[in-house]
Amino acid sequence: MSTSEIDRQWTTRLRRRVEGKLPPEKLLPDTQPTYVSSWIYVFGIATLSSLGVVIGTGCILALRGPQWWHGSAYGHFINSMHLWSVEIFFFAMVVHLWGKFAMAAWRGGRALTWMTGVVTFLVSIGAGFTGYVSQSNFDSQWISTQAKDGINATGAGAYFNVLNLGQMLMWHIVLLPLGAIVLTGMHVLMVRIKGVVPPFEEGAEVAE
Amino acid sequence: MAFLLSFAALIPLDNLGHYIQWHFIEISIANLIVMILMVVTFIVALVAPFPGRSRRKENR
Repeated sequence: MSTSEIDRQWTTRLRRRVEGKLPPEKLLPDTQPTYVSSWIYVFGIATLSSLGVVIGTGCILALRGPQWWHGSAYGHFINSMHLWSVEIFFFAMVVHLWGKFAMAAWRGGRALTWMTGVVTFLVSIGAGFTGYVSQSNFDSQWISTQAKDGINATGAGAYFNVLNLGQMLMWHIVLLPLGAIVLTGMHVLMVRIKGVVPPFEEGAEVAE
Repeated sequence: MAFLLSFAALIPLDNLGHYIQWHFIEISIANLIVMILMVVTFIVALVAPFPGRSRRKENR
C-alpha cells in the first residue's frame, strides 16, 4: 500500500486529527493554571464523582431488583446511596453552573463546552424525573398520576407515558443515563481541548 | 442500629411536609433549605482560601 493510500484512510485521518486536537499532555495534564486553585473549580469534579456513584449504585439496584431494594436492609442502603448521590450530583452541578455562568465560561471558543453542559443538565433532569416514577412504590404511583396531566398538556403524552412503568424504567436506566454519560464525556473532552476558562482579570485576550 | 434509630427520630419523616406560602409562591421547607445551602456553598467557594494557593503563587 502506497503512502498516499495510507494518508487517505479514514483511520489515519482521524488519528492525526485527534492527535492534533488532543495530545496526551492535554488529555491527562499534570498541572493546571494557578487560577484553578479555587474552591469554585471543585464542583465540576464533585459532579463527575457523584455521577460515578449514581451509576455504580444504579447498576447494583438493576442487578438485584425492586423486591431487594424495598425489602432488605442492604437494599435500602444502596437505594439511599442512589438517592443521596443524585442529590449531591444536582447540588454540585448547580453550583458548578452558577460559577461557570459568572465566569462567562463560553468565552474563547468554548461554546460547545457550555452547550454540552447545558444539555447534560437537561438530560439529567429527565433522568431524575423518570427515577421518581420508577421507584415502584406508592410514591412513584402518586408522582406519575400527578405528572401525567402536565405531560399530556404538552402533547408528549402519546409518546412519553409516565403511567407506563416499563417505558419510564427503560428511559431511566438506558436512554437517559447513556445520554448523560456520552454528553459528560464530550463535556470533559471539550474542557481538555480548550482548557479551563481563565478569570476576567487575566486580560482581554481569552486563551483558547 | 439503636443509634441510627435514635438519630432518625430527630427528623420525623412520616409527617406531612411543611410549606411556606407567599402570594403565588409555595415551597417546601426542605427545598428552601437546599436552595439556601447552595447559595451559601457558592459564596463560600468564592471567598474561602484554597489550600496551597499562596504556595503556588510564590512558585510562579
